Amino acid sequence: QVALLDIDICGPSIPKMMGLEGEQVHQSGSGWSPVYVEENLGVMSVGFLLSSPDDAVIWRGPKKNGLIKQFLRDVDWGEIDYLVVDTPPGTSDEHLSVVQYLSATRIDGAVIVTTPQEVSLQDVRKEINFCRKVKLPIIGVVENMSGFVCPKCKNESQIFPPTTGGAEKMCQNLNVSLLGKVPLDPQIGKSCDKGQSFLSEAPESPATLSFRSIIQRIQEYCDQRHFQEETI
Amino acid sequence: ERSNLAGVRHILLVLSGKGGVGKSTISTELALSLRHSGKKVGILDVDLCGPSIPRMFSVQDNDVHQCDSGWVPVFVNQDKSISLMSIGFLLEKPDDAVVWRGPKKNALIKQFVADVAWGDLDFLIVDTPPGTSDEHISTVEALRPYKPLGAILVTTPQAVSVGDVRRELTFCKKTGLRVLGIVENMSGFVCPHCSECTNIFSKGGGEELAKHAGVPFLGCVPLDPQLSQSLEEGRDFIQEFPKSSAFSALACIAQQILDVTSQQSS
Repeated sequence: QVALLDIDICGPSIPKMMGLEGEQVHQSGSGWSPVYVEENLGVMSVGFLLSSPDDAVIWRGPKKNGLIKQFLRDVDWGEIDYLVVDTPPGTSDEHLSVVQYLSATRIDGAVIVTTPQEVSLQDVRKEINFCRKVKLPIIGVVENMSGFVCPKCKNESQIFPPTTGGAEKMCQNLNVSLLGKVPLDPQIGKSCDKGQSFLSEAPESPATLSFRSIIQRIQEYCDQRHFQEETI
Repeated sequence: ERSNLAGVRHILLVLSGKGGVGKSTISTELALSLRHSGKKVGILDVDLCGPSIPRMFSVQDNDVHQCDSGWVPVFVNQDKSISLMSIGFLLEKPDDAVVWRGPKKNALIKQFVADVAWGDLDFLIVDTPPGTSDEHISTVEALRPYKPLGAILVTTPQAVSVGDVRRELTFCKKTGLRVLGIVENMSGFVCPHCSECTNIFSKGGGEELAKHAGVPFLGCVPLDPQLSQSLEEGRDFIQEFPKSSAFSALACIAQQILDVTSQQSS
């Protein structure tokens, strides 16, 4: 049973990627109902609260924090195994607030996404330091857009060149796990735009295999943490 | 007392609703293009959480100094035709995270806009983080008295990116910021081995959005590993790769900006 909470308030992409554009949020006695993709996958996003795709959410920090609090407090998720929280880039209000509001419960950890080049790693090192500062455990790093295989000649190109060793080197230096590398596949963008599951549409893609391996490692990490806590 | 922006002829903002689309890349390449046309350019990097501009010019280890009129911008070349200001220069260690809430970010942005001694510039390019929040509201408010030329919006071709940039267009409308046009970045990849073109991030979304919104379409910039490599190494792509596919797209965008400014003067 999975819940996906989109706290990217200025750029809520999750509704589109899940094929839920145009859906609205319903209120009931027990709170806001998430929008369900499948019986076991519920989604909440500010995207569902906007009436037009052109609507801009031009809010300063305090107002964004208020909505994040509401999302965490007032959405009736029911019993869930995983709450996945998608965040905007940065180390600011949204990130501080979600960590703060969830501090009463237990956050298993953060998955940090980067692309291979230094201009991305530069910011991700800051994100890792943010996690350490607020005592958020780091499950690991995913290197996305990691190489592209030409569909015609099958040669690989590094479109975002890992000039400083990519995520692998950074993870070694900072002592965090590298969960995996996901190659570029034009089908990913297409599936997201159509609101379809890339994993279902392209089950044989090397990117799918990478995703599945990363997901497995995340599940193992979470299971281990649970086990450790129960034995204590 | 003369304001620090009094000598700046044109102010351009580079915006996007979406992260990772290449705002900083476009800001950097636009600055280099304009400089090659003989202009004096400054870049103000107001992405406080993820300041990318210093590294793109290989000056990430520079310090900033104060003078009587405020902060002295960092010059990236001998002839002082490109100058920068970024929070990146104020960090003690490059990996230090700037974990600030809105009010503190707003205060620094106000300072950056008012207190950098730019001197005389033809263009000041303001590179922003993704979104429509504190940094954007504060930057537009602080720049309003200086009447910015307008904003360039960057998107990648696919609908998920365009979806956020539509909201950025609304931001511009609501804040009275003129939209100079839309750039569709990462638009196609030409394999260096066999020249086959693959639309890795789809194609056409930026152009469609420009049409739909009634704003100029400035052009498509393809994915070019030579461009990525240059940026990584802080080199001058415009000088080094004039034959590359990305070069002609970038030069065309710069020319359209120059055309807007000469229209303004006449």
